Amino acid sequence: MVKEELILVNFWSSPFGCRVKIALEEKGIPYEYKEEDLFNKSPLLSTINPVYNKVPVLVHNGKSVCESLNIVEYIDEVWSDRSASFLPSDPYERSQARFWADFIDKELYEASRKIYRCKGEEQESGKKNVLRILKLVEGELGNKPFFGGDNLGFVDISLIPFYSRFYTWETFGKFSIEEECPILVSWAKRCSEKESVAKSLDDPIKIYDFIVYLNNYLTK
Amino acid sequence: MSEIKLLGSAASPFVNRVQFVLNLKSMDYDFINENLTCKSELLLTSNPVLKKVPVLLHANKPPICESLIIIEYLDEIEPNIHKILPTDPSDRAYNRFWACYIDNKFAPLYLELSRAQGKDVKEALKHKIIKGSQLLEEAFVKFSKGEGYFGGHDIGYLDVVLGCYMGLTKIVEKGNEFKVFDEVRTPKLAEWVKRMWLHDVIKSNIPGEDILMNLLLLKCKSSRVS
Repeated sequence: MVKEELILVNFWSSPFGCRVKIALEEKGIPYEYKEEDLFNKSPLLSTINPVYNKVPVLVHNGKSVCESLNIVEYIDEVWSDRSASFLPSDPYERSQARFWADFIDKELYEASRKIYRCKGEEQESGKKNVLRILKLVEGELGNKPFFGGDNLGFVDISLIPFYSRFYTWETFGKFSIEEECPILVSWAKRCSEKESVAKSLDDPIKIYDFIVYLNNYLTK
Repeated sequence: MSEIKLLGSAASPFVNRVQFVLNLKSMDYDFINENLTCKSELLLTSNPVLKKVPVLLHANKPPICESLIIIEYLDEIEPNIHKILPTDPSDRAYNRFWACYIDNKFAPLYLELSRAQGKDVKEALKHKIIKGSQLLEEAFVKFSKGEGYFGGHDIGYLDVVLGCYMGLTKIVEKGNEFKVFDEVRTPKLAEWVKRMWLHDVIKSNIPGEDILMNLLLLKCKSSRVS
């Protein structure tokens, strides 16, 4: 068997990189991990992602794939024989999975930043927006065990990395996500029992400490 | 009455790109015109999350939203007529990457430039657009492999994704006295633009300048791009 070169270039706390880790673990594919220092970006990053100079990047046999959801779909297509597909087989169901993953991608991270970067009205609006997004997504889950049905799917992989940040959002915003979205938090706990997720999710306290550190660093 | 209904505004580039694909695949559809200044009950119930066009209604299925997602859906239900996305996973990943770049980084500069006040601010934005066009030129050379389109010898995904902005490109160029795709700086894309304007499917679906001007004015007034 030809040995494949597979490298994930990432920053440890990135929820976007976490998606890729989960996808690779789900498929059981060995890979090399390279940590990128986002405060001191390496020349490597600008060669493998010249357009954005951002992580995560997956380098597969010399070719770079960028943008986390794009990478997850790529992994799903290349290693389609390694596990059940992250996307449903029906085209309509696939379009719905893509829509929700895209919605989470476009809205959740930006909305959540206001909770820990801002104060007063800005922070309140971030909190309201995050809850709006989570409730909409919770509605889409319904009473399925996972968004993917019986197994982790594209939307599960897209969203679960943010579970590590719930503690940060709740602490800064002084609210409880479990009270507002109990079904979603049950889903998150269920996802966390999956080996691929347990191995990949960051410790919520470590994330919180890092965000506090970053806030102090940025205000200097 | 067609099995496919497209809810949209003829002025919207996102709607136009779905129309390109429907026409390229010879798929019949009914167009339901939406007034973006006064959104209908149908739109608000079909896309309650984002309240935006386009929305695709197919047979009795619930609506499909977001133009790039609609295009992938159409390509999957009708793969045998004018395939839009390639089959190789890395080619697909590169196509999707550049589509995101065009929609999230490049095209929004047009609206920013239209809204900008002051010569310095405008010049800075024109410079960003020119830099973007050069990145797209490099991408075109890689994707086209010497042929006339991003898709190779015929229109493909990125031709559709970038092509829908061609009407707006003309307006932005005229209003700001510069060329986005220039014969010297981006020769391949300058030729591509001419080639696209000659293509029946493209020219019949891009609205006239007055309609696009109205769209730009509407977007300049509102704070969100849709």
